[in-house]
Amino acid sequence: MDSLEIAGRHFNSRLMVGTGKFSSNTAMQQAIEATASEIVTVALRRVDINNPGDSMLQHIDRERYLLLPNTSGARDAEEAVRLARLARAAGCEPWIKLEVTPDPYYLLPDPIETLKAAEILVKDGFNVLPYMPADPVLARHLEEVGTVTLMPLGAPIGTNRGLRTRDLISIIIEQANVPVVVDAGLGAPSHAAEAMEMGADAVLVNTALADTANPITMGEAFKKGVEAGRMAYLAGLGPQRDKAEASSPLTGFLREE
Amino acid sequence: MNLLINGEQRTLEKGTTVCTLLNQLQLQPERVVLELNRQILSAAQGSETELHEGDQLEIIQFVGGG
Repeated sequence: MDSLEIAGRHFNSRLMVGTGKFSSNTAMQQAIEATASEIVTVALRRVDINNPGDSMLQHIDRERYLLLPNTSGARDAEEAVRLARLARAAGCEPWIKLEVTPDPYYLLPDPIETLKAAEILVKDGFNVLPYMPADPVLARHLEEVGTVTLMPLGAPIGTNRGLRTRDLISIIIEQANVPVVVDAGLGAPSHAAEAMEMGADAVLVNTALADTANPITMGEAFKKGVEAGRMAYLAGLGPQRDKAEASSPLTGFLREE
Repeated sequence: MNLLINGEQRTLEKGTTVCTLLNQLQLQPERVVLELNRQILSAAQGSETELHEGDQLEIIQFVGGG
């Protein structure tokens, strides 16, 4: 498959994966391995000082994967910027998946605070990958402030409902000059394939893998879905028609015309 | 002296350094990132920094997330 380029860096895989909600770290590692992903996301949280758990860093091979910290939990631009800087201070490369989600029920990204945070973080030297509503106008504004991707949602985070924002994502793809990564809501390999067939540059999944009885098999299924979708996009889908067009010859029938 | 560590009230001996505290909590410095009174503590300055009455310390680490 052709490679994905983000901020001058090339990736063979067009599937990014999250590390949340897996039943165990081993299940998470094996599922990610099966996806052949090269970019994995992590979150930052307070250590429980009464019961310090493992750091996720112990379970991710950073030679192999680009660690993409997110700013999940941030309710406004200020909190997102604070989290991004902490991630960088923790020794991560300055890549940040910007998430600003003030609404706890649907976790929808706040367009205004996301744009504000993006501008600050780009100026601060970060490669900003913003999780965003599927809004083509906002996409333009984010590109203007210098984000290295656009990450519109297919459906709310963790819902597995697929590409509900299809028509708007299609406009974003048409207008974008940076890679478009469909993030959130993709629950099946067919959803991922659909996004890729439309010309999305990559997709990101987490819940779809973590929330199944067999994350390893599902990881491989998503890998194939993404590859199939990309190949179909590169080949070019045939046109849709209203009326039937026979695939078999319309001559030589065994009857008199 | 009283401090707020990750939002919880804690009483520490006067003169405790960040390094001593992390040891007490059995946390490895390279696995966490620290913020003291909203300022990030770099790895270099971090461990020798002395804590004071009323300080607010955040000890953060990476967890799974999407």
